[in-house]
Amino acid sequence: MIGEKALKGFFKRNGLLLAFAFFLAVTALNAPAFLTVGNILDVLRQVSIVGTIAIGVTFVVITGRFDLSVGSGLTLLTVIVVDQNNIVGPLGAIIMAIFGGLMVGVWNGLLIGYLKFNALIVTLAMLSLLQGLTLWYSGGANVNVHNAQTTWYAFFGRGDLFGVPVPVWILLVGGAIASFALMKTRFGRSVFSVGGNETTSKFSGINAPKIVLFAYIISGFATACAAIIMGSRVMGAQSTIGQGYELNVLAGIILGGTSLLGGSGSIWRTIVGVAMLGFIQNALLLMGFPYYIQWLVTWVVIILAVWIDLAAKRGKILT
Amino acid sequence: MSEVKNVLSLHGISKFFPGVKALDNVSFDIRPGEVHALVGENGAGKSTLMKILAGLYNPDQGNIIHQDKHVKIRNPLEARTRGILLIHQELSLSPELSVAENIYLGAWPTNFFGVLKKRKLNKDSLIALSAMGCDFGPKVRVGSLSIAKRQMVEIARAQAFNANVVIFDEPTASLTDTEKEQLFNTIRELKARDVGIVYISHKMDEIFEIADRITVLRDGTVQGTVHTKDTNINLITKMMIGRELNTFFTRANSEIGSEVLRVEKLCRKGEFENVSFSIKSGEVLGLYGLIGAGRSEVAETIFGVRKADSGKIAWMEKEINFPTPRQAIDMGLCLAPESRKEQGLVLNMSGKNNVTLPHLVKYSNYTVMDWRRELATFEKYREVLDIKTTGADQEVVQLSGGNQQKFVLAKWLCNEPDLLILDEPTRGIDVGSKSAIHALIAGLAEQGLAVIVISSEMPEVLGVSHRILTMSEGRLNGEFSGMEMTESNLINAVSQHLEQTA
Repeated sequence: MIGEKALKGFFKRNGLLLAFAFFLAVTALNAPAFLTVGNILDVLRQVSIVGTIAIGVTFVVITGRFDLSVGSGLTLLTVIVVDQNNIVGPLGAIIMAIFGGLMVGVWNGLLIGYLKFNALIVTLAMLSLLQGLTLWYSGGANVNVHNAQTTWYAFFGRGDLFGVPVPVWILLVGGAIASFALMKTRFGRSVFSVGGNETTSKFSGINAPKIVLFAYIISGFATACAAIIMGSRVMGAQSTIGQGYELNVLAGIILGGTSLLGGSGSIWRTIVGVAMLGFIQNALLLMGFPYYIQWLVTWVVIILAVWIDLAAKRGKILT
Repeated sequence: MSEVKNVLSLHGISKFFPGVKALDNVSFDIRPGEVHALVGENGAGKSTLMKILAGLYNPDQGNIIHQDKHVKIRNPLEARTRGILLIHQELSLSPELSVAENIYLGAWPTNFFGVLKKRKLNKDSLIALSAMGCDFGPKVRVGSLSIAKRQMVEIARAQAFNANVVIFDEPTASLTDTEKEQLFNTIRELKARDVGIVYISHKMDEIFEIADRITVLRDGTVQGTVHTKDTNINLITKMMIGRELNTFFTRANSEIGSEVLRVEKLCRKGEFENVSFSIKSGEVLGLYGLIGAGRSEVAETIFGVRKADSGKIAWMEKEINFPTPRQAIDMGLCLAPESRKEQGLVLNMSGKNNVTLPHLVKYSNYTVMDWRRELATFEKYREVLDIKTTGADQEVVQLSGGNQQKFVLAKWLCNEPDLLILDEPTRGIDVGSKSAIHALIAGLAEQGLAVIVISSEMPEVLGVSHRILTMSEGRLNGEFSGMEMTESNLINAVSQHLEQTA
């Protein structure tokens, strides 16, 4: 009897993880290729791009806001980093991509933090702007890295370090740094405070607009990092390469259990959420479902995650 | 009593909130065709009682008898169906809809297909409006009407729904003199049609003009119901506040030192004007006034959350620019705001993190939070203030109002301020925590802190202050110290000004 309550609490907190473990087991039985080291590393490499962006967007979501511009940000920055590889070389291209990412963050952050514009609208408009800039820059043409086989730029997307793909290292190391910043520093505490209650933060002398601005700058920086990985992996880009990423990022964050209302969440939860989504999509492909099923399943998974989150708050599964 | 029929009567109503008994065995009745005034200090239970009548709260004990039947008023819709209508202080109209649509809001006449019967709507509304002598038609957009006319629209609902009980909550708060007369005419008309009227107001002159009977509430209990013709303002005031003072309160026995803060001619358009005062170290300065008098706005302007339009501010006898909240905190000027849930605390944060929130720089080394020092501060104030919490990581949302308020205090005390402004420090908390906070205020002043206590609870202000400023309608209009600090002086100061501008 004593254990029952604790057990219930455990299920409530970790219900999603348990369901996921069950899913992994079922898939492994049906698709033998699923739980092989090769496939697992493949999935991790795949989610590293979504995951790297999601780390940045998690800061924004904890302040109680959104960033829908990361998908088209990824497109523009990947096109730039790939194309500039041929013009100014890899180092210059990387610097330009990072600068571009920071600029996107600054603009979003100024409009949303200081001018108090609605985050949904501002980042949706930014999505359109970045898509337009991409087409203007590339003229709609595909771009490629000419010396793809010889450049050191290949390290970020195609390299291995101690048997683990470099993009996965970037995700994990970036995640660790971001997690430290969020959980242990003054800035991280302020992020939670602004998302938890902006008025109280103001009454406590916290500069909420500045915190929001920095959250968006981190989001932009993370997008630039993801673009560098993406460009390096594909060694090419076209104007739809980042399409739909904003949705996958958001789905991963929600799946990890970070509340969209702000004030709570963590980087590790986000990475777990993104990985879960990646494994589910991978499993569906391995089991022979057509590609479009991924989109349908993303819907199911988001609704399920939000439902479980709500149910945990209300204390029961069905109201 | 028995020969007069009541339209609505309450018997032995009690209502509990966590830690507070808001209403204790309250009985109250309304006869058809009478105006029954409900008076009492803030927190006496008027609004709780009103919300029970309107179906917004359910009583924990007691019966409601409406037109000779035992009833339960479970929600506002049920109240309206029974003919009980509440006219809010803040009106509940949709500015983008027409007058007619607002009158029948939520009960629009529609045909079989759900299409609005506009002609019927406008015709019925016109009848209701003309019965009240309104000079505007049913098709006018509500947003284009003055406050007084909007209020008429609300009252027209009473006509349209054949209300038998209408409750007015501070109806004249934003009306001019002529508009008030117009309202009183309307009330008299409702009276003539045998509607029972509950009239809630702070303004004594109005109550004596319009009410037939007066019921006085204090601390959630009925102090008595009297006929207006058998009483006078002084008697009613005595019933409202007649509590023995100096039993709960400890006034600081401190040495008054040098000036800490002086403000001169502080103005903020639409909120307050020409506010000038100063406070010395060791002094407890009370700021008394009704809600909406502009007290919190003054405090928030000094603290820097709001921007002053004009005026001067001097800190430690040196004139300074108006600070931002950050600068105010750093120089030792702290504000524990009016609403602890909306302004004072981040509810889903732990107690420890709430306490150190305004002092992140102080509690970190090179931007990394030093949790050991945070924890030490948390434990210190947990003990000093006797905060009941399971530990440093418990979210404050789970705590009672009194313990939450102590966290708000801890948040500022750990900064060791020179001036602490407490805005309604004991609102909505239990008696035990209340007297603990009063004792704390005295202790702080004795250590040389300057404290401003803003309150609409007269006994509190009288009990803890060395000096009291009264404020009404955005102006300071009285200063009392020593023997002049009496209930009647404060009430006179606050209501005198109301009469002048009314």
